[in-house]
Amino acid sequence: MGLSMTEQAARHVRETLAKRGKGQGIRIGVKTSGCSGLSYVLEFVDTPNPEDTAFAFGDVKLFVDPKSLVYLDGTELDFTREGLNQGFRFNNPNVKNTCGCGESFTT
Amino acid sequence: MALLQIAEPGMSAAPHERRLAIGIDLGTTHSLVASVLSGVPTVIPDQEGRVLLPSVVRYLRDGGVIVGEVARLAAALDPHNTIASVKRLMGRGLADVRTLAGYLPYDLSPEGGMVRIRTVAGEKSPVEVSAEILRVLKARAVEALGGEPEGAVITVPAYFDDAQRQATKDAARLAGLPVLRLLAEPTAAAVAYGLDKGSEGVFAIYDLGGGTFDISILRLRQGVFEVLATAGDSALGGDDMDHAIAQWLMAEAGGPAADPLWRRQVLQAARSAKEALSTAEEVQVHLALPSQRPWQAPLLRAQMEALVAPVIQRTLPACRRVLRDAGLAPSELDGVVLVGGATRVPAVRATVQTFFQRAPLADIDPDEVVALGAAIQADVLLGNQREDLLLMDVIPLSLGLETMGGLVERIIPRNTLIPVAKAQEFTTFKDGQTAMSIHVVQGERDLVQDCRSLARFSLRGIPPMVAGAARIRVTFQVDADGLLAVSAQEESSGVRAEVAVRPSYGLSDAEILGMLEDSFAHGAGDAARRRIAEARVEGERVREALDAVLAVDAGLLDAAESQVLDSARASLLLALGGDDADAIAAAAKAVEDAAEPLVQRRMDNAVRRAMAGRSIDDWGD
Repeated sequence: MGLSMTEQAARHVRETLAKRGKGQGIRIGVKTSGCSGLSYVLEFVDTPNPEDTAFAFGDVKLFVDPKSLVYLDGTELDFTREGLNQGFRFNNPNVKNTCGCGESFTT
Repeated sequence: MALLQIAEPGMSAAPHERRLAIGIDLGTTHSLVASVLSGVPTVIPDQEGRVLLPSVVRYLRDGGVIVGEVARLAAALDPHNTIASVKRLMGRGLADVRTLAGYLPYDLSPEGGMVRIRTVAGEKSPVEVSAEILRVLKARAVEALGGEPEGAVITVPAYFDDAQRQATKDAARLAGLPVLRLLAEPTAAAVAYGLDKGSEGVFAIYDLGGGTFDISILRLRQGVFEVLATAGDSALGGDDMDHAIAQWLMAEAGGPAADPLWRRQVLQAARSAKEALSTAEEVQVHLALPSQRPWQAPLLRAQMEALVAPVIQRTLPACRRVLRDAGLAPSELDGVVLVGGATRVPAVRATVQTFFQRAPLADIDPDEVVALGAAIQADVLLGNQREDLLLMDVIPLSLGLETMGGLVERIIPRNTLIPVAKAQEFTTFKDGQTAMSIHVVQGERDLVQDCRSLARFSLRGIPPMVAGAARIRVTFQVDADGLLAVSAQEESSGVRAEVAVRPSYGLSDAEILGMLEDSFAHGAGDAARRRIAEARVEGERVREALDAVLAVDAGLLDAAESQVLDSARASLLLALGGDDADAIAAAAKAVEDAAEPLVQRRMDNAVRRAMAGRSIDDWGD
């Protein structure tokens, strides 16, 4: 089981955490909702849950709950810029279909 | 694939339910938009990376509209169709802006109550012009956030009155922006600094922009901000510093003082020098004289500071005034916040520090701080953050209505937290009165003539009753944006009338301050005038009642009684013509005493008539 994170994503997480002034890292996960069944969760983590798996990328920590990890195995978290819009992108090899907007998916 | 932002713990939105919130600082010289991205309030730049959008709109003959820097550059070439500083015209009537005409070169349409500007593309209202600025900011946000913003918080000066706030909301609606609420600029700045995270405190917000100066005192209590006092100068700002430096340059360099191109070049050089000297100790000023050799000279920061010192000093009287209004000494403040690009000048910071006896908060870019605070507030209002921060504003001037004798009955006193609703019962003054005129006024003075008229409406269809029997409930309601709705309802019949106050003209902040100061200065005089007016109303009521009775029952009095009453009535008329409240009250009392026998006999007659022809048994129960 593994996750990866691009250098840009790690840098952005580091910077945002510094600006926010607190937080141990970020959580990625999936939840059931959206037009294609599952959607991503991307949140700050102030206190990790005991069941979380933690991945460290340098000084940046990524927390995942065990249920989500099944759907996210092999995923790369990237941070990109598209024109004025910038944000995180999940490159998830498990995804078979995404809805038109790309905000939800099935595996 | 949509790009995602990091959410607060537990606040990840479901797909298609991300609620994009933006904050907009709609400024006199510049406007900007911000949003909270991954938990961090961030200003949104345009394609070229510029954050500040000059609040300038140029209308073209073909119907095209240009907003921002390009429009600003065209201002000198096409002054009639290039509209800057439109914020000064928001919610104003022609009469209000005559005083501004000196420095606004527009061709104002003389018709109607609201100001309209004549351009090649037709007449434009300030609301339409502002909407163009908001459209550009909205488009910027849509592109940067990847979706339509679901709600916006727009900031307005703390002293904006109902008309100016309504005009701002109208502009947002025209631009297709859903407004969550309007927020006072100083409050937004305080939010950006996280001052709302504390529990209590009193803060001064010193806002020196390009062309306006505002100073506000905010009090935070239980997470709620109140504007305690506000003052300022709507014609004082960084531009005045530029002019002061330009004047000196012009004198040093010589050159054709009347040549507009030369003047503009000098002014530009002055502004650049001022900005550079915020960090450097010395700059070289280069000027290309039109027909002579280039001129060059060094300008030291100390020199520049001496030149702009008078401008900075002009902000201090207002600072003293707000402290006095709020009843505070500088040492009682918990913090001072700097807002506005002109506060980058080190001498401004030093002056503020000396005056308020503490180092001001200045780590957030003073041009961006208001928009950032608005973005945070918008994010909270849309439920993207856990904390429910509740921001409150107060109404700047008391709201009330006119009662008999031209007196003001204050319904909502100034500095009341909004939203608020207050009701009061009134009654009819005359027998058989079927209508009541309701005159809504704003101000601190006791007499209607000294206050500002906001609206008039009539409640009709009151069932005829004797004076004083009808119960009319008048409700004043001010919503979270400071907009007023007044309704009146007669309780027995349920007839009802209401008005939403959208006054046809507004007051300048200077006028509001003037009105406040007047009310302090005239406090004692007003009280005396109120007493006279009240005595007069009572005297008139006595006279009218007497005349009504005499018209029917004058015959009940003997000659001597009649004479006493006549002379009492004559004395009352005389007293009513004068200004002595005690004399009027005494004369009215004398009339009532003299009329006592008459009243007694009328009562006896009435009872006799009522009982005539009935057996005593009829009165059994």
